[in-house]
Amino acid sequence: MPDYFTLKLIWWLLILVLLIGFAIMDGFDMGVAMLLPFVGRTDEERRVAINVVGPTWEGNQVWLVLAAGAIFAAWPLVYAAGFSSYYLALLLALCALYLRPVGFDYRSKLANPRWRAFWDWALFTGGLVPALIFGIAIGNLFLGLPFRFDPTTLRVSYEGGLSGQLNPFGLVCGGLAAAMLALQGAAYLVLRSEGLVWQRARRYLHGLAILVSSLLLGVMIWLNFLPGLQLLQHGDLNTALSPLTKLVGQQAGGWLAHYQHTPWLKVVPLLALLGPAIASLFAARNLRWGAFLATSVTCAATLASAAIALFPFVLPSRIDPGSSLTLWDAASSQRTLLVMLVVTTLLLPIVLMYTGWVYRVLRGPITVEAIRANSKNLY
Amino acid sequence: MLAPSDVVDLSRLQFALTALFHFLFVPLTLGLSWILVICEAVYVMTGQTIYRDMTRFWGKLFGINFAMGVATGLTLEFQFGTNWAYYSHYVGDIFGVPLAIEGLMAFFLESTFVGLFFFGWDRLSKVQHLGVTTLLALGTNLSALWILIANGWMQNPVGAEFNYQTMRMELTSLSAVFFNTVAQVKFVHTVAAGYVTGAMFVLGISAWYLLKARDTGFALRSFAVAAGFGLASAVSVVVLGDESGYSTGEVQKVKLAAIEAEWETHPAPAGITVIGWPNQAAERTDYALKIPYVLGLIATRSTDTPVIGIKDLKKGHELRIRSGMQAYAALVRLRAGDRSDAVRLQFEQHKADLGYGLLLKKYTPAVVDASEVQIMQAVNDTIPKVWPLFFAFRVMVGLGLLFIFIFGVSAWSLARKQLAPRRWLLRLAVLSVPLPWVAAECGWIVAEYGRQPWTISGILPTHLSASSIDASQVWASLIGIGSIYLGLFVVELYLMLKYIRLGPASLATGRYHGEMRPQT
Repeated sequence: MPDYFTLKLIWWLLILVLLIGFAIMDGFDMGVAMLLPFVGRTDEERRVAINVVGPTWEGNQVWLVLAAGAIFAAWPLVYAAGFSSYYLALLLALCALYLRPVGFDYRSKLANPRWRAFWDWALFTGGLVPALIFGIAIGNLFLGLPFRFDPTTLRVSYEGGLSGQLNPFGLVCGGLAAAMLALQGAAYLVLRSEGLVWQRARRYLHGLAILVSSLLLGVMIWLNFLPGLQLLQHGDLNTALSPLTKLVGQQAGGWLAHYQHTPWLKVVPLLALLGPAIASLFAARNLRWGAFLATSVTCAATLASAAIALFPFVLPSRIDPGSSLTLWDAASSQRTLLVMLVVTTLLLPIVLMYTGWVYRVLRGPITVEAIRANSKNLY
Repeated sequence: MLAPSDVVDLSRLQFALTALFHFLFVPLTLGLSWILVICEAVYVMTGQTIYRDMTRFWGKLFGINFAMGVATGLTLEFQFGTNWAYYSHYVGDIFGVPLAIEGLMAFFLESTFVGLFFFGWDRLSKVQHLGVTTLLALGTNLSALWILIANGWMQNPVGAEFNYQTMRMELTSLSAVFFNTVAQVKFVHTVAAGYVTGAMFVLGISAWYLLKARDTGFALRSFAVAAGFGLASAVSVVVLGDESGYSTGEVQKVKLAAIEAEWETHPAPAGITVIGWPNQAAERTDYALKIPYVLGLIATRSTDTPVIGIKDLKKGHELRIRSGMQAYAALVRLRAGDRSDAVRLQFEQHKADLGYGLLLKKYTPAVVDASEVQIMQAVNDTIPKVWPLFFAFRVMVGLGLLFIFIFGVSAWSLARKQLAPRRWLLRLAVLSVPLPWVAAECGWIVAEYGRQPWTISGILPTHLSASSIDASQVWASLIGIGSIYLGLFVVELYLMLKYIRLGPASLATGRYHGEMRPQT
């Protein structure tokens, strides 16, 4: 049986994996939705884009639901303090997410052009707004959130809300997230569509690749000027720790300390930076899978870079650094972490297997002709 | 009543509305998914195309409903973190587990295969597609299983223990959480209610086609599937009623007493109050009509166990609140770093009642300095308002009996080939389509309103569970979510009615009412 220390570390990694799964898989659904009004000029072209992701997007969204559920079970304090600190931002993301299931299913059930145009913009919103907000939320982690814990009850209280989260750094991170998922969507359209939609998607892929790389570089440079947190003193990491028992210090450029101390870690952000350029090259040579893999690597490496930079913090506090949550003191009990690890090890491979099978059954490009031939039953 | 500034009440209102709204879509998904499996299984076995068309048409309506279920389900998961932060911290160690397993085991399954159900018809063999439909149905039902295990734990929190160092409840046994009697009974009862909803939906719409004499072959076969499936489900939902789970756990006993407006403990077996007017102030039921023995049999499944009345329950709660004050006093000293044996012993002796002590926080933050008046207020709080439970329960049971009658007469008339002349039955079936929803929502009101003043029965009071956010934020979300829900609901109903009116002709096969014959 793995000890508590190892379990805490594994769950940090697993939650990162789930978030990466969400960014890669649901990322291209959101990206396609963001590109929908631009790659499709006619109704049929838009239906091509919608049906590229339509049959499988629902399963991809579960990565988000599962990531949230895993944080609830493995890091209850993060779930509590994080979700309530981001109250209005998350509620806004939710309201946009409502539009996706209904948008996909309802859009083509009526022929009225205004009805369809409405749902096209609804789908667009459902892709753009959550991507922006998740980016802003991750960006704000580097600035710290305004929460603290009461020492007796561990009840969390806050100073400040949504307006404080809409700061320049957060907004740039939001823009980065939206551009990155749009790039992911463009790569998926290049992989799965034909004709005019394919041509336009490829054009957008090149433009978005430049945008994503520049934003990434900008964020990386900006991080040098942000003060970071450092864990100065802590109890035995192999035991249950209360968040208020540690000593936390602030230092300039602190979020990049790991990269300075362990230079080979720089490979991860480097991969993120190079991904878009490689995707662009592959797309130009019509290596469709290569382009999609490269944008997926960018999504994964970006999230991993952020997680490494914050390590071992997962939810820093701005107003009371001692209340910041780390993977060592936000974790559930040892039994819960173990039970959840066993369940995940058993079930996740099965999920990946049948998801792979479904994608194989539904493989092949979507064309305007296919939409015409089955107009009544497709999205 | 609702003070507009009260975050707890606003969050409760938001949770209640979003949960009740979500459950407008869940039961139909649960029931309709198995009806799709039945129709498609008949198609695979007999090869008759009409059963394939039935699967696809009811599948279209399933899809319109499913989309809303997915959209509104997201709110419920996120809301624990956004609105119920202290709850999430206090019980996430246990409560988060079934939610995460639900995602892995069930939500992935249904969400991955729902797309293939719609778009896999030409890419899969008959048997493969039936397999996909079955996995979809299995996924929706497994989803209900894990959610109800989570909910069952709120009603009867077993397999967990309080840890004063981390200041939260922690898991001691997953199997105890899984095999929790309350959760298991709740699961069977809830999915069966879903099956009734699906069956009544298909029965009513088919009856409407029969009344209009259109697509008769299609409608009759659908009617038959719904009548058979519905009869079995309606009998199960009443026989396997949730009430049998009410004998375990302190708060479940309170709920039972409140549902029955049993103020006094009567010698076993207790009689049931069919109808009356609960008078909470005077602690009696006016104009009560009672049938002897029945309640004892239903609630305790025995003739010699008494059903404890509200007055006696309150006496027990007073003792537990006083003991909870001791537990809280010890806890404060433990948290402050005093780990002496005397303090630990005091905590161990009283910690089972800590939750009852926390009830006093509403009146005095320090708990230990509560006056006698405040203790009596907390004792009164342990009993939820009786009349909503009393009446919601009776509406639910009455409707359950009506469903058995409708499905029973429908199945019998079909078997005797006397359906067509019984137009009153067809009309009754059409009018009854919304009723399973009424029954299901009443059921949730009984289960969740009846759990008050707790979020976790006996462990964590509702007034402590909410996030310490501004009321203005909750107002904003309440208005935002409310208006989007309302808009989407109007759209959903419009589409649903439109496709019901179109009928199987919406499949564009050329074989149904209102379609041009295909050119040969």
